[in-house]
Amino acid sequence: MSYFSDIYKGIKTLLTGMSVTGGYFIHARKGALTQEYPDNRETLKMFDRFRGEVVMPHTADNRHRCTGCQSCEIACPNGSIEIIWDRAVDPETGKKKKKIDKHIYHLSMCTMCGLCIEACPTDAIVWAQNFENSVYDRSKLTKILNQPGSSVLDGIED
Amino acid sequence: MNFIQMIIPLNITKTISDWIYSIMPETAASYTIMVVIAVAYLLLFAVAGLYLVLLERKVAAWFQLRIGPNRVGPWGLLQTMADALKLVSKELTSTIKIDKFLYNLAPYFVIVAALMAMAVFPFSKQFQAFDINIGVFFLIAISSIGVIGILLAGWSSNNKYALIGAMRSGLQTISYELSVGLSILTMVLLTGSLQLSEIVEAQRTGGWLILQGHIPSVIAFMIFMIAGTAETNRAPFDLVEAESELGAGFHTEYSGMKFAYFFLAEFINMFIIASIAVVLFFGGWLSPFGITDNITWFPEVIWFIIKVAGLIFLMMWFRWTFPRLRVDQLLTLEWKYLLPLNLMNLMLMAIIIWLNWTI
Repeated sequence: MSYFSDIYKGIKTLLTGMSVTGGYFIHARKGALTQEYPDNRETLKMFDRFRGEVVMPHTADNRHRCTGCQSCEIACPNGSIEIIWDRAVDPETGKKKKKIDKHIYHLSMCTMCGLCIEACPTDAIVWAQNFENSVYDRSKLTKILNQPGSSVLDGIED
Repeated sequence: MNFIQMIIPLNITKTISDWIYSIMPETAASYTIMVVIAVAYLLLFAVAGLYLVLLERKVAAWFQLRIGPNRVGPWGLLQTMADALKLVSKELTSTIKIDKFLYNLAPYFVIVAALMAMAVFPFSKQFQAFDINIGVFFLIAISSIGVIGILLAGWSSNNKYALIGAMRSGLQTISYELSVGLSILTMVLLTGSLQLSEIVEAQRTGGWLILQGHIPSVIAFMIFMIAGTAETNRAPFDLVEAESELGAGFHTEYSGMKFAYFFLAEFINMFIIASIAVVLFFGGWLSPFGITDNITWFPEVIWFIIKVAGLIFLMMWFRWTFPRLRVDQLLTLEWKYLLPLNLMNLMLMAIIIWLNWTI
């Protein structure tokens, strides 16, 4: 009699599957995952784990957290990050100290692997949510992440 | 030419035919009416095909938590029109080693078979082009012709994927034709008539046939929907055009409008299967509980369309839920499950009618 129980089981599993997809169908209007992008540009919020481009956040008084350790530059698999650094005398201690001059980021080469952000010991660089990266000139994709005249926050190196 | 009128009772709408007869000589009028009916059915065919494609895309999107076509026209309503225009404007390409005659003939087999089946459906009391007394038999016969077109397409393309797809289609249609035929036969046992309009009329008093025949009717309906889905080569029985295995199956080598014919025919076949099910199980154009029977101006065709849309939605639900069957599973399902069940069901129905246990 396994013949009929097979049929019963088959129908039961088919109906279970249909109830799952039917549930999706009913909730589709509210829970649609698709974004109608150009129309909702103002309200569109990208997801927390979205990888747009690498940025270096600055505080209000133009300080960043980058110590110039070059971990990100070493971690980057295809050389998208170049750091031009310098040594300057620290006015407090009088010692010579490494500081970044330019943190150059080639967005055109970046594969969004995120290794630089994982490598950064001071969380100086983070992912931005921006994805509208098209420009008319390729050279515009080479970005200097630290703002001019910025300096490292106190106490980051400790 | 009374001859034409005799074999084709033209009663789409009496007023139009009366008006045409009043302004023309009889011969000219009968030809004019034939042309009018042909144009009406072609329009119905095109519109139904295009909007079923749109419906499929929308329903698929909702099943997958997407939004679906929404750019061309309001709510994307003109999307498939735009697609059809694109396909019409495309070049008809073909490979060198095709069998030219059969290659060009194949799409017409598929589309003409679908169109012929449309003719016998009673969309409403008056909207029926071809009311023959062997309507159900005619439908079963016609629905087998479509597969010849698919086989020809696969063979003449001179492409192994197309040929495999076509052979699978032949295999599948020959197997599942049996189940479709037997489940229809179960219902014919109940009505005692093969004429579609009479089958509908039989449901006016006793309720829809799925209620009249209770248990065997429900089983017959389930078998019919499974076998019907297989007949239309839709998922989960889409081995014929299994995209992941065969490219596009039998219509791999077709382009432009010839491809569109196959594509439209698939959706029209879905409409046909749903229409047969509506006529045989759900009372055709009759309103549920006779709620609009007393409203004389109410277009009964609306009930027909609503019921058909419901069944088409069911088939789309199948498609977006179930994975594709393997070819041995396909045959096991038909020969080891559907066919024996169907024969038992036919016996059960005969016993129920013999003992007068119908509702």
